[in-house]
Amino acid sequence: MSIIDKKSLTRRTLLKGSAAGATLLATPYFFTKGAYAAEYCNMPGGDTVTLGFNVPQTGPYADEGADELRAFQLAVKHLNGEGDGGMLNTFKPSNLKGNGILGKKVAYVTGDTQTKSDAARASAKRMIEKDGALMISGGSSSGVAVAVQSLCQETGVIFMAGLTHSNDTTGKDKRRYGFRHFFNAYMSGQALGPILAQEYGKDRKAYHLTADYTWGWTQEESIKNATENLGWETVAAVRTPLGAGDFSQYLTPVLNSGADVLILNHYGADMVNSLRQAVQFGMREKQVNGKDFQIVVPLYSELMAMGAGEAVKGILGTANWNWQLDNDGTRAFAKSFGEEYGQPPSQAAQTCYAQTLLYANACETAGEFTPPAVIKAMEGFEFDGLGNGQTLYRDADHQCFKPVLVVKGKENPENQFDILEVVEVVPTEKVMYDPSIFGGELGPYEVQGC
Amino acid sequence: MSAPTTAAERKKAISDPDFDVSTRQLPPRGPETKPMTNVDKDWLAIVAFTVIVLGMPWWLQPLGAAYPDLMQKFAIYGIFALGFNLLFGLTGYLSFGHAAFLGIGSYAAVWSFKLFTMNIIPAVLFAMLVAAVAAVFIGFISLRRSGIYFSILTLALAQMCYNLAYSVLTPITNGETGLRVLRDDPRVLDAMTGTERTGSLIGSLFGEKMVGYPGFYLCAVLLIIAFYIALRIMRSPFGMMLRAIKSNQHRMIYTGFNPRPYMLTIFVVSGMYSGLAGALLAITDPLAGAERMQWTASGEVVLMTILGGAGTISGPILGAGIIKYFENIFSALNDSALSSAFSFLPPAPREFLVTIVSPFVGEGWHLTLGILFMVIVIFLPGGIMEGIRRIWKLVTRRGSSSSKTEVQPAE
Amino acid sequence: MDAIVLQILNGLDKGAAYALIALGLTLVFGTLGVVNFAHGALFMLGAFCAVTMQYLLTLSTRVKDESITFFEAYKEVPYLEGWFGDWGRMIIDYSVPISILLTIPVMLIFGVVMERGLIRYFYKRSHAEQILVTFGLAIVLQEIIKAVFGANPVPIQAPSAVAGSASIGEWFGLGPAISYPWWRLVYLTFSVVVLAGVFAFLQLTTFGMTVRAGMRDRETVGLLGIDIEKRFIIVFALAAIVAGMAGTMYAPILAPNYHLGMDFLVISFVVVVVGGMGSLGGAVLAGFLLGILQSFASMTEVKDIFPGIDQIIIYLVAVVILLVRPRGLMGRSGIMET
Repeated sequence: MSIIDKKSLTRRTLLKGSAAGATLLATPYFFTKGAYAAEYCNMPGGDTVTLGFNVPQTGPYADEGADELRAFQLAVKHLNGEGDGGMLNTFKPSNLKGNGILGKKVAYVTGDTQTKSDAARASAKRMIEKDGALMISGGSSSGVAVAVQSLCQETGVIFMAGLTHSNDTTGKDKRRYGFRHFFNAYMSGQALGPILAQEYGKDRKAYHLTADYTWGWTQEESIKNATENLGWETVAAVRTPLGAGDFSQYLTPVLNSGADVLILNHYGADMVNSLRQAVQFGMREKQVNGKDFQIVVPLYSELMAMGAGEAVKGILGTANWNWQLDNDGTRAFAKSFGEEYGQPPSQAAQTCYAQTLLYANACETAGEFTPPAVIKAMEGFEFDGLGNGQTLYRDADHQCFKPVLVVKGKENPENQFDILEVVEVVPTEKVMYDPSIFGGELGPYEVQGC
Repeated sequence: MSAPTTAAERKKAISDPDFDVSTRQLPPRGPETKPMTNVDKDWLAIVAFTVIVLGMPWWLQPLGAAYPDLMQKFAIYGIFALGFNLLFGLTGYLSFGHAAFLGIGSYAAVWSFKLFTMNIIPAVLFAMLVAAVAAVFIGFISLRRSGIYFSILTLALAQMCYNLAYSVLTPITNGETGLRVLRDDPRVLDAMTGTERTGSLIGSLFGEKMVGYPGFYLCAVLLIIAFYIALRIMRSPFGMMLRAIKSNQHRMIYTGFNPRPYMLTIFVVSGMYSGLAGALLAITDPLAGAERMQWTASGEVVLMTILGGAGTISGPILGAGIIKYFENIFSALNDSALSSAFSFLPPAPREFLVTIVSPFVGEGWHLTLGILFMVIVIFLPGGIMEGIRRIWKLVTRRGSSSSKTEVQPAE
Repeated sequence: MDAIVLQILNGLDKGAAYALIALGLTLVFGTLGVVNFAHGALFMLGAFCAVTMQYLLTLSTRVKDESITFFEAYKEVPYLEGWFGDWGRMIIDYSVPISILLTIPVMLIFGVVMERGLIRYFYKRSHAEQILVTFGLAIVLQEIIKAVFGANPVPIQAPSAVAGSASIGEWFGLGPAISYPWWRLVYLTFSVVVLAGVFAFLQLTTFGMTVRAGMRDRETVGLLGIDIEKRFIIVFALAAIVAGMAGTMYAPILAPNYHLGMDFLVISFVVVVVGGMGSLGGAVLAGFLLGILQSFASMTEVKDIFPGIDQIIIYLVAVVILLVRPRGLMGRSGIMET
């Protein structure tokens, strides 16, 4: 670099020196500041406890994020003893008193994950570093959940995952500080498989279209295993780029492949578009191998079903929860959510609401906020009354085990929110699995913290 | 000449926001001040810049941005924008794929953590090296064309990186989730030197974990060095050469110069800046996500640069700060935060204000950003630095009526 | 064989969408010299014209569902259906073609307002500033749409008369396996008609001749005493209408959401540049070419050889073409090269 003049060399070293000096001068103040902080991150000192709700506010899942945020706000209200109490009244065994958490009033901060790992982590870090959040919750994709969960493990802040369906979240990427209430792809496969065999027969040829990223792959694998165990044959499994929009080039080969079932491992706008386009290609009227051609969407969400409109009618899939379920918790939650916001809650809302209550309850049970104690209170916790029936938070992988819903797009909706109908509630033991099949390790209870 | 040492001098330096290097000469301040030379001015700029950057934990406090992660982001994206501007500001070549180098730098740094050691020095060097190699490759292809053809070539190559990283290259990039440092990675050098393999997996420098404030100071010091080098490059004959290419490439060719090597050099330098920024992202938060390479990320650095003022040296850094501020602070304002912000008001006007403001913050932060882009570019051609320069000129003109001197061309 | 014919159809369909967007973009580039990053947003606005029309046509009387007490749940019976019975249902069924009637005036007004209110101040500004201001506008537009319609995709139904598939194979004696959705064929035909119309307009009218002359050499046209700026308004509005109509007609294929414009923005720029700056024919050609190549790259047979090729094909082709042909397929020298 002879072009740059020579004098700069001496100056550069000089500058480096002075900058380093300035750093040295400035840093001790902060080190001491950090050193005096409590042993665990953000232990509440005053009379409030702050929770961080990290949801997608921009990007394709913004509506889902908005619904999650509604649920969080409602949960905070109920925890503080305002409103009608919702599932606080049906949750058992519960130590919640409706006076905040351990007598401290619950406050919350919000942030935008943008459904990007980077942005989600930046947002979570803001909550931890600036706002003093004691727990992070929310999210609408598995990539984000795994990324934020590992951040939370490093900083020693508990993460209560929102909507995440990949096996990895509580499988190979599980963490001691991460908890998932939502179900996963493996459970979808185990629940859906027998119903598919019962409805469509055991002699079927399936064609998978799979979103080309980690969640899509784990779902494809889970559904494939479940259906093949029942005697189905998998003709092909084709990966499609995320956000492909027009799926015609992936759909036309399906018709001539000899397959008689199309399985769409898509979520969000991808699922809306691929399902609608598949219907436009006349797949539902087709006869292949002497059978009616069928389409299956293994993971449903109310919002996506709404986006797909007519196309969703009669299509089978699974869901974590539905507001029309017949149990006390669901009724209480749908009532207080409906009265508050004028619409029924989505499954994402329910999982976020439940997660907040579960965290608060674990703090009450432990009698303190220190994360290891709270984690131990949550591990192996069995409860009922949060809408899903009898549920277990398994200690080996921090996954909730509860009945899984097999749902179907409703043919004749009674009203504008009546989109999905519950075909069967698959009992917990049918979707139970050995935690070792996915590997991974939870890591330590004690971490260095922030 | 020495750096300003007295308090008065430093104060003046801080309050001088005008570091535009395209300004060849400063207008005389008053009858008693001697006209300052370029070198003086550079020193002023660097000292002021150092003070401002290192002082962020203090002066960002009232803005609610003085927490380590965001300040790290300010510094890192400052480096990124600075590097981008070296290419765009000097040569006018608008790269729409610079995020590729950011992503590549991040992946390289994380791989260095995984394979070699948790020490950050190899990570930074490795990241810059890999980014440089990528820049040679992409630059060699893209610089064969100019104008929008160049932009689209860089865009296309970067999008290929992104799409592959998100899907088929998952074994290398860990796809959607992002590449992370894991407990059971080999870390050959650490294993050889017997450094402890337990504990938290965070990049360290001489035993100090580079997160929180130490992480910020690392980024800040590197930003200052990067700023200094950028200033030297812009001042150098090499920088002049690039400017000449910008103003008339054909004339350069006729006079017997082959601009290609110069262009490729600055492209690679710019790529290395991005690689450094990527490495710092991975150091302060050991995760490399593919979205870093998406066109929106490339577009973001373009917007940062134009927003702050392309061709000025501190404009892009300012632009980076503003966009990151919006992304992290505005997006976090919800109704309850707004209510408490307006808590000094009686309930009725408070409710009213919250209703008015809330569509523009929280989930509406994009809207505010869009409006800001439009307002800035409509009223301040040349970006925010142009606006500051205008205000500055107004102030100084009022201060000393004698200086009715030259008009300074904005670049 | 069947698979290849089907993929060509897919490619043509995709290409038609690309070509329609790119046409307007390159028209604005070529004549006005403006890099319009809000062009994708115009496509999105067109799609939401279809949404609006569907909403208007299905304004309904609401019969409350009494079984649900804690929020308003109701069954909707559209007024049109209540008043006109089957006729009303048919009108609702045809909401997409009908919404073209809404799209044209809306996009015309929007185009004129946008040009007069914003774009014209940026004719003489740098491309970088054009990018910033139009990108800002695109964000503002999509955020407004998000605030009104939400972020979730909105299902738009094609008329049921064209809901099924056409057995194209049998028409041409190629076997029954080749059938293709009617609506996609309608879309393809529509696109070809619009493209032909725009070309005819520019090729056969005096106005078009002036515009084309302006694209070649704006200064000389100005020196001849022709007020080219006035024509720019019409050119801009035309580009907006074409993009809007493309969005409206594409709505049944791609459920519109507020993000749609950004998704098409990058691809449409690539198409324009591959086609060559300042060349309308080039943009259309590149649109169809990239559409077809994208379809073929998605075939399993191809993906088995080059994994992931369908993810990058567009960009790969763009790089190769720009390296082989410096100014794209049909570009002329001197436009946007500095």
